[in-house]
Amino acid sequence: MSKVPFDPTPKFQEYATPGALVSTEWLAAHLNTPGLVVVESDEDTLLYETGHIPGSVKVDWHTDLNDPVSRDYVGPEGFAALMSRKGISRDTTVVFYGDKSNWWAAYALWVFRLFGHEDVRLLDGGRQKWEAEGREMTKEVPTRAATTYPVSPRNDRELRAYREQVLEHVNAKGCMVDVRSPQEFSGELTHMPDYPQEGTLRGGHIPGAKSVPWKRAANDDGTFKGVADLRAIYEGEKGLAADDDVIAYCRIGERSSHTWFVLTYLLGFKNVRNYDGSWSEWGNAVRLPIAVGAE
Amino acid sequence: MSESTAAPLPPGLAAVAAEFADTPRELRLELLLEYADRLKPLPEPYASREDLMERVEECQSPLFAVAEIQDNVVSIHATAPQESPTTRAFASIMQLGLSGLTPAEVLAVPASAPLQLGLTELVSPLRMRGATGLLARIQRQVRAATIA
Repeated sequence: MSKVPFDPTPKFQEYATPGALVSTEWLAAHLNTPGLVVVESDEDTLLYETGHIPGSVKVDWHTDLNDPVSRDYVGPEGFAALMSRKGISRDTTVVFYGDKSNWWAAYALWVFRLFGHEDVRLLDGGRQKWEAEGREMTKEVPTRAATTYPVSPRNDRELRAYREQVLEHVNAKGCMVDVRSPQEFSGELTHMPDYPQEGTLRGGHIPGAKSVPWKRAANDDGTFKGVADLRAIYEGEKGLAADDDVIAYCRIGERSSHTWFVLTYLLGFKNVRNYDGSWSEWGNAVRLPIAVGAE
Repeated sequence: MSESTAAPLPPGLAAVAAEFADTPRELRLELLLEYADRLKPLPEPYASREDLMERVEECQSPLFAVAEIQDNVVSIHATAPQESPTTRAFASIMQLGLSGLTPAEVLAVPASAPLQLGLTELVSPLRMRGATGLLARIQRQVRAATIA
């Protein structure tokens, strides 16, 4: 396993996988640790260029992780080439951080896991907390020596759900978490005449899904809530259990990556898949079942 | 829906498109950032009255814009958070490209103009949706003002 030590912050020790998070204090003290690479992944593709954590490299969800033609992720060769360019080896400890409460950081982390990259961690509070604490930022882009990263298979089966599998899950009355806002869940439409239309043709949610907006797992400063609060929401209120087969979705899979991370690493759920097609696929597809309303 | 290639870009937007086309791929994000930095601060009354502007709902970041018309000349004012530089860049490009045109010229801009700037490779379709939404809302405001 990793030679890079784990962050001993007490809050993290309560989570199912304490090593999955690092604090801003810990990261600031470990920036130059050999074997550790910090990756920034944002919704706004220009944010890294405005300033970033010293030594961090940028991975853009769209231009780096997505296939340029098909709606899919890069393949094994593409991922290995990306890792090589970014100076990441197979045994590198990768700490992800980003904007929007780490949506895209969690998304990038999830894609790294699809390829079996082992040591992945998330900066608790992300870019927002690092900046709010006045920590050092730089515009200097590091030049990291290219690595030889092994071409590794992408194992979608355990972590990723496709549309057909979600439909099977619906029919089997499996557990699903819709992490979008209540308005998106209920199917309310907000269009007005003459306004550009939204990208989905139908509003609502996948039948049987429980509404747990992603934000409920986060504090206002972008950090994750403590384990007791998280258990109260997902287990107490929504009745999910750690051995349930759970599918999380949102609009394109980024907010649900955040919830996937919470369920998998913080609460120790064993079988959580992210449906990255999410509402932008389901709400456009022909003859798939849709439910509307708050329940 | 308009025919995307029917109308040419106005000179300001055509110049932006040419600039991006002439810039090596690896420097295009830096150029986009330069545009973000050129977004003009809001004048009054908008600086203190965000509600006088229109929110661009298609954009994932809070982007507000207003088209003012005086003496048959359009001025674009817009604001977006510092932490959304791509949004600021699109707002800035629209501000530079559309301000100074007549209402008729603004309305003649093809709806697909943002997609003709050579930026689609750099940013995602979702990000481009914000830009096309911004243009559509500006045009709707101009249309409403000129009909009234």
